[in-house]
Amino acid sequence: MAKPTEEWTDEERQLVEWLADMNEDDALPLAHRFLLEDKVDPMHVLDLCRAAMDIVGKRFEEGEYFLPELVLAGEMLDTIGAVAKPLIKAAGGGAAQTHGRVLIGTVHGDLHDIGKNIVTFMLDINGFEVKDIGVDVPVSKFIEEIQAFQPTVVGLSGFLTLAFDSMKETIAAFDAAGIRPGFKVMIGGGQIDETVRAYTGADAFGVNAVEAVGLCRDWMGVAA
Amino acid sequence: MSESTYAPTMLGAHAQTPEAKAAYDARYERILACARLEQPDRMPVAMQSFFWPATHGGITYQELMYDYHKAKKVCFDVVAEFEPDGVYPLLMGTNMGRALEKLEFKQLQWPGHGVGPMQPFQYLDREYMKAEEYDDFLFDPTGFYLHTYLPRVAGAFEGFDKLPDFPGLHYFRLVNGIRPFALPEVRASFEKIVAAAEETNVFFANHLDWVNQINAAGFPLINGGNSIAPYDFIADYFRGATGMMKDLFRHKEKLKQVLDKAAVFIARMTITNARAANHPIVFIPIHWAPDAFMSPKQFEEFWWPSFRRLMMTLIEADLIPMPLWEADCTKRLEVIKDIPPGKCIYWFERTDMVKAFEVLGDRVALRGNLSPSLMTTGQPHEVDAAVKRLVDEVWRKGGKLILDGAFGIPDETPAPNVRAMFDAARKYAG
Repeated sequence: MAKPTEEWTDEERQLVEWLADMNEDDALPLAHRFLLEDKVDPMHVLDLCRAAMDIVGKRFEEGEYFLPELVLAGEMLDTIGAVAKPLIKAAGGGAAQTHGRVLIGTVHGDLHDIGKNIVTFMLDINGFEVKDIGVDVPVSKFIEEIQAFQPTVVGLSGFLTLAFDSMKETIAAFDAAGIRPGFKVMIGGGQIDETVRAYTGADAFGVNAVEAVGLCRDWMGVAA
Repeated sequence: MSESTYAPTMLGAHAQTPEAKAAYDARYERILACARLEQPDRMPVAMQSFFWPATHGGITYQELMYDYHKAKKVCFDVVAEFEPDGVYPLLMGTNMGRALEKLEFKQLQWPGHGVGPMQPFQYLDREYMKAEEYDDFLFDPTGFYLHTYLPRVAGAFEGFDKLPDFPGLHYFRLVNGIRPFALPEVRASFEKIVAAAEETNVFFANHLDWVNQINAAGFPLINGGNSIAPYDFIADYFRGATGMMKDLFRHKEKLKQVLDKAAVFIARMTITNARAANHPIVFIPIHWAPDAFMSPKQFEEFWWPSFRRLMMTLIEADLIPMPLWEADCTKRLEVIKDIPPGKCIYWFERTDMVKAFEVLGDRVALRGNLSPSLMTTGQPHEVDAAVKRLVDEVWRKGGKLILDGAFGIPDETPAPNVRAMFDAARKYAG
């Protein structure tokens, strides 16, 4: 059971603020002290991180933060997670409840992954279980992974114009395999717009990671 | 007029008739008039592409990368067929397969080497310089290049990590200090580099021959050389995208020092190359400026100052910078306006061209920007309508617009859409 916000200590609030403000030099030592010296419940430390990331996401949506903040936030979270997760495991803690599953990959022919990685990170910190199956993913691999992972949303990423046809082909293969009714398809990448969405037959497109989170929330009925 | 006036001029192996010379001069002047913010006789149309000439000419992308003869033919044929006013040095963008191979270049995968024969080349975003190496770079960029950077990005240079530290070699120490040159791995590197350089000479001779060929037929290049923004240079080719974004917080001051230093040597290299090419326009693809990538404050603090300095140095050397502002840079317009009028061409990929004209119309010529999705998936009548809109909203209102695709012609574009682009330009704007 998460500790209510009003019961947070001043130092806990401080950690959230430092993380949200990109103050890595102060935030990381404090988080490590909580975990390693003060023996604060690691699930609670991750809750504090999540609260900070909510602020980061809001600042991104409001146009105050941009990609550099998302990248640094991801790095800070990874660093804290690397300490917290073994502690959770050692204490016999299970996986947290998630809103639902998202499978994501860059379509075949395209090797780009920066945008996809940021979308993966933003979905992850927003409580979705994300499986990233990499770049240059053949249609058959998408289908195998979807059948094994049973996602609610499939994200197709692509930066090059050749990705338009790869996305169209991939989505057509979902239809042909009869698996399309089981999930929604979102597409994203530098050149993606409504014309490409219509061309590929995707359910929706997004121009950034926050839009990807919004689409998943809408489709899974998660309150923002 | 004497008979000799009508004698063709030879450009390399290619004859240029007086008619072709007149067409060349008219096309070149259209582009330069736009850059000076003067009204040309009609709206110029530019042609830039990577693999579309292969698509259109019926050869594979791999052949365009590796076969000098076929590449020259398809790249000449698209120019002759569509008659653009300014042409990107098309071979420069694609025909280096053999040289890349011999250099054992590691920052790209290209058709025939890492990606399929009909897939475009793709850059591999990696960390080619570690954050803790900023000091090495700053102290001695050349030394860092020789010992560390070149061996990381090209296999032919791998033996160079054994080269001596040159500063400090003096008197008898110079004699002892050259012993690494006798090492087998250093010798092997030199042999590979010489072989790569010989291949590059062959490539370059073909490039020059092709340029002579299109010039003789009446078509100028739209740019002779190219360059890069200092931030993009470090982000893309040294630190990698995510490394660079973290450096904005972790290594602010070092990063700024490196950007300042890079602006100087990039400018020197660009001026030398532009003079060798004998062409004033310098193409500068811009990767990390878009609105979505960093905040206005970060843009003004990290991205813009070193780039502006680079552009001003080029302008002072009588060159015409032609940055291609990738993606949407609408929110940057007020900042990037800070340059002298009539000296640059700003090419916009997804920035609203009407807005760009409103803000920058009295400062720079504009280029672009039919969208890739329109060009690849739309119909000719839709391309026609998009050109008409640009003509109505920009050209007819006094904008100095060089029509082109958002980032040239996408590789997969159906030919009727390219034809529609050129026809619509003639129909609506001369």
